[in-house]
Amino acid sequence: MIVRLMGEGQYRVDDVLIGRLNELDDRAQAATDAEDEPTLDRILDEMAALVREQGEAMPDDDLSTSDFVIPPSDLTLDETKRLMSHEGFIPGIA
Amino acid sequence: MGLMSRTSNVVRAWISKLLDRAEDPSVTLDYSYERQREQLQNVKKGIAEVVTAKKRLELQTQKLETELPKLDGQARQALAAGREDLARAALERKAFAQQQLQGLDQQITGLEQQQEKLITGEKRLAGKVEAFRTQKETIKAQYSAAEAQVRITEAASGIGEEMADTGLAIERARDKTEQMQARAAAVDELVEAGALEDYTSGEGHLDRELAELTQQSQVDEELAKLKGELGSGAAKKELEEEKR
Repeated sequence: MIVRLMGEGQYRVDDVLIGRLNELDDRAQAATDAEDEPTLDRILDEMAALVREQGEAMPDDDLSTSDFVIPPSDLTLDETKRLMSHEGFIPGIA
Repeated sequence: MGLMSRTSNVVRAWISKLLDRAEDPSVTLDYSYERQREQLQNVKKGIAEVVTAKKRLELQTQKLETELPKLDGQARQALAAGREDLARAALERKAFAQQQLQGLDQQITGLEQQQEKLITGEKRLAGKVEAFRTQKETIKAQYSAAEAQVRITEAASGIGEEMADTGLAIERARDKTEQMQARAAAVDELVEAGALEDYTSGEGHLDRELAELTQQSQVDEELAKLKGELGSGAAKKELEEEKR
């Protein structure tokens, strides 16, 4: 599977890692719901570190789409919410 | 649904908006390629904006740094003149300036990180744009309309994802730059107006009072000098007149 670390690029990862990422992801979602930014940042950092360490970085000229996208840990809770709410945090196509 | 899936969905929604723009595959190809090149320009612009904002903050840092020894001198002078209140005010102002300097340092570091991200984002996007251009020509030359549609969607999705990613980086850098510019403008105004002390002592006129103090000591000094000159010169003259 392919995972994108937003702002860093794409990595090819195996299913075992996907399993671990999914576990962490549930906790990340819980932290977002609880508005617990320090915990969210820590979990996202942990996820990104796992991907960097155990995944295989994909070349810049590969045009594959990702199966999962991990948002960057330096987003504020507010920015994360904006990103999720489709409110055009990613600039629209005008 | 977890964060990863939700973020993927946001990115996919963005890409499908991009692809919906054109029905005809070859139009999609050209339109998409055009958008990619625009996005590359946007990243370059974003980098330039960050660099400009950073320069401005660096200039402010220099300005505040020259304020510090000046305030030190003023405090010393005020204390020598027995004006502890003014010395305190000058030192409070210095503390405020130091606090601002720390904030500026952090902001400059933040901007450097944004710049770094945009630069690596530009490199990735450029790599993908080039790959897309090659693939575009292959698709046009080799595939039937139906097959081409599938391949175009794939290639455009892949690059669309990179564009969404870069788009987020640009947007965030812009947000940060704007926030900093507003703050930088506020500090500029404070420095220009000499109003920094209003934030610390609650008293105005520090500059004026310190200037008066400086003037006063200058006057005292010159007066003493004059007295000294007169003490020798004028006294002699008086004596000479008495002799006549």
